[in-house]
Amino acid sequence: MYAQEVKSTGKGLKTLEEMDPEERAFQEKIDANIKIEPKEWMPEGYRKTLIRQISQHAHSEIVGQLPEGNWITRAPTLDRKAILLAKVQDEAGHGLYLYCAAETLGISRDQMTEQLLSGKAKYSSIFNYPTLTWADIGAIGWLVDGAAIMNQVPIQRCSFGPYSRAMIRVCKEESFHQRQGYDIMMVLAKGTPEQKEMAQDALNRWWWPSLMMFGPPDAESVHSVQSMAWKIKMNTNDELRQKFVDQTVPQAEYLGLKVPDDDLKWNEEKDGYDFGEIDWGEFYEILKGNGPCNKERLGARQKAWSDGEWFREGLMAYSKKRKARKVAAE
Amino acid sequence: MTGDPVFEFALRMGDNCLVLGQSNSAWCGHAPILEEDIALANVSLDLIGQAKLWLSLAAELQGEDKSADDIAFLRDVREFRNCLLVEQPNGDYAQTLMRQFLFDAWHLPMLTALVRSTNVRISEVAEKSVKEAAYHLERSTDLVIRLGDGNDESRDRMQSALKALWRFTGELTTPDDVDQALQEDQAAPDLDEIAAHYEQYTQRVLREATLVIPDVSGMQIGGKSGLHTEGLGFLLAEMQSLQRMYPGASW
Repeated sequence: MYAQEVKSTGKGLKTLEEMDPEERAFQEKIDANIKIEPKEWMPEGYRKTLIRQISQHAHSEIVGQLPEGNWITRAPTLDRKAILLAKVQDEAGHGLYLYCAAETLGISRDQMTEQLLSGKAKYSSIFNYPTLTWADIGAIGWLVDGAAIMNQVPIQRCSFGPYSRAMIRVCKEESFHQRQGYDIMMVLAKGTPEQKEMAQDALNRWWWPSLMMFGPPDAESVHSVQSMAWKIKMNTNDELRQKFVDQTVPQAEYLGLKVPDDDLKWNEEKDGYDFGEIDWGEFYEILKGNGPCNKERLGARQKAWSDGEWFREGLMAYSKKRKARKVAAE
Repeated sequence: MTGDPVFEFALRMGDNCLVLGQSNSAWCGHAPILEEDIALANVSLDLIGQAKLWLSLAAELQGEDKSADDIAFLRDVREFRNCLLVEQPNGDYAQTLMRQFLFDAWHLPMLTALVRSTNVRISEVAEKSVKEAAYHLERSTDLVIRLGDGNDESRDRMQSALKALWRFTGELTTPDDVDQALQEDQAAPDLDEIAAHYEQYTQRVLREATLVIPDVSGMQIGGKSGLHTEGLGFLLAEMQSLQRMYPGASW
């Protein structure tokens, strides 16, 4: 997902009886679905895990502007240009309020930015793939935003107040994003043979990376148990992945496109699709920084930040001068 | 002058918005700070929306069953009617901001006057655009002042940007046949009045920003009649690539 490998505290789950009174009261609140607010007591592990999770999510929104941003200047009509621009602008907005949510936990936006730019903090693997054709913009809206919604809808109910509220806002916009992506795909799928081919090619390239967005299989997902007990993760990776496949395959069929998986077939018994093996080697390579666009994405963010330093410092200098003038005038 | 001056005028207004919106939108994801990413994308969105209004009007007046998209994506450099200022490259963020300011300071009084145009179609578009232009000018004025009067580097950058761009501002208020024809019908304002307003406003803001207006000799003119600078061809090549590559396709 947008936060794919959030390291939680390595320790096993404690029972309520093993907890000290503070921690126990905290856990009981969570069990009773009462939101935790920033100024309330929380275990250090909860705070740290949430900072990692929310900041990873925020970084994903920020880096996620880049692959789609590529196509704003080449969008094929005025309406498509405006819609894509509005969408990418929304992503920046999501980043902004997620950073704000994380700041309530005692970390600054500058610190988080520094962690992103130094490569210490992660962002979603999906944004390290290139956008090669206009159909990729459709596929990203449809699949990537579709997968994001799948994960974010349950997080609207997560235990931490600011994160939950940010997600409620984010989800509203994401569903518009997904619709615009699917609409692009629909037009292409019904368009000229070249456009249809473009749409199929985009599905071929984005399908598997989209499935990887949900993170490693449950058996290898070592950090999930504690996060689920804290209700900052509401479903397992495999549950969400299955739900995504079940929802998306009929959408592909409606478009007349073929999901690039020969093992994909309906399983009556489980009332869901069976699907092929995901190439986890590729996933872990991307997390290590060896994906097709890792260097370009991080490089673009580093360049924006360093090229913009004079701008930020100029504004600070002005604001200091103004304060000094005000004091002098008084 | 050949053809309908209202058509020519709609193209000029529309192409200004389109070219500037297109250039600004390239910053999306690359601006100096997140708030700027969002704000500049907003400005671009407004401009692209306004471009659509003007170019739809132009398409209608042309009467060849074309759409605003046909006009935007299927004309070549010599048929574009935007002023030279808006087609100047993004450069650093200082140049982008200064370009925006120098345009906004003209755009707002223009649209304000056009709201009162005797041509209903022109006044309708102006009415829809004028509030956005007022916000654009407020924002670019504020940033020009703060960065001009910021620190040495920010002042140097803003000053260089002003130096590079000032020579393209004369065109904004230099009337030609089209402007005169529209002015006679009271469909568009007297550009001399806009010029006086422009001079007064830019001087006041740039003084507050501690920036020096360069020598005004050597003003460059040509965009309004289709004689552009070299950068526009590259901008169009990028913007029009899909429409050119797949003629007749719907998107």
